[in-house]
Amino acid sequence: MINTDYQDGVMTVYLSGEIDQHTSKSIRQEIDSRTEALRPNLLCLDFSKVRFMDSSGIGLIMGRFRQMSLIGGRLKITNLPENIDRIVKLSGVQTLGVLK
Amino acid sequence: MKSQNYMDLKIPSKSINESFARSAVAAFCLQLDPTIAELADIKTAVSEAVTNCIVHAYNSANGEIYIKSEITDDRVLIVKIRDKGKGIADIKQAMEPLFTTGGEERAGLGFAVMESFMDKVKVTSREGKGTTVTLYKKFFRVTNEKPE
Ligand SMILES: Nc1ncnc2c1ncn2[C@@H]1O[C@H](COP(=O)(O)OP(=O)(O)OP(=O)(O)O)[C@@H](O)[C@H]1O
Ligand SMILES: [Mg+2]
Repeated sequence: MINTDYQDGVMTVYLSGEIDQHTSKSIRQEIDSRTEALRPNLLCLDFSKVRFMDSSGIGLIMGRFRQMSLIGGRLKITNLPENIDRIVKLSGVQTLGVLK
Repeated sequence: MKSQNYMDLKIPSKSINESFARSAVAAFCLQLDPTIAELADIKTAVSEAVTNCIVHAYNSANGEIYIKSEITDDRVLIVKIRDKGKGIADIKQAMEPLFTTGGEERAGLGFAVMESFMDKVKVTSREGKGTTVTLYKKFFRVTNEKPE
């Protein structure tokens, strides 16, 4: 369901479809296992193909921010479609400096 | 506010139904001629309320969720989402942004999202009995005003 690429310490995860409580579980597991294996300096979550996201997606972002901090890396989120951007702004996660 | 149309849904509290529930309510409200943004708002708010029933009310165990959607004569969509789960002891605290009993992977933003995306959110609850969340949104656009 998710595509990843890795180059020079940057791991980019291309998310797609709908992110809710049901789908976020496997997305989280997949990102975390790849992060553990690759130990990137920067994890980049690309939202361009995400059609729907509720607060489960905000939990996913906050959780990955925490995971990356633990291994001394950073998190960025990019290419937010308009409706995803609204919920991200509302959540305040941009104050963590994760917007690209 | 007379009811002009309504839809009743009863679904088991399975997380796979989150997507079905929000899509069904969104499809029901198409008759109000919503904008894309309004549809996204409805879907997100319904998703929040239904997810809360699954995750919190029933702690991911089996239970039933009742969703009643109605449209009033003055173009208000009312969606009532009800569970017979554990209930909420302190509603005011539960609705505060970032408050969560859900642990690390929850943002505590479900109610904040519902309040921001809908016109009004009403919550009633009894411990051990269940919770009802009612979402209200008025639609202003009328079909014959739509530019073509
Ligand atoms: N239907 C419900 N039954 C019992 N408790 C509930 C219900 N809905 C919400 N709660 C309580 O209210 C709290 C806040 O809910 P809210 O949706 O705002 O955040 P969350 O579900 O914890 O996190 P998020 O929605 O961001 O994933 C929950 O953590 C839970 O304790
Ligand atoms: Mg919630």
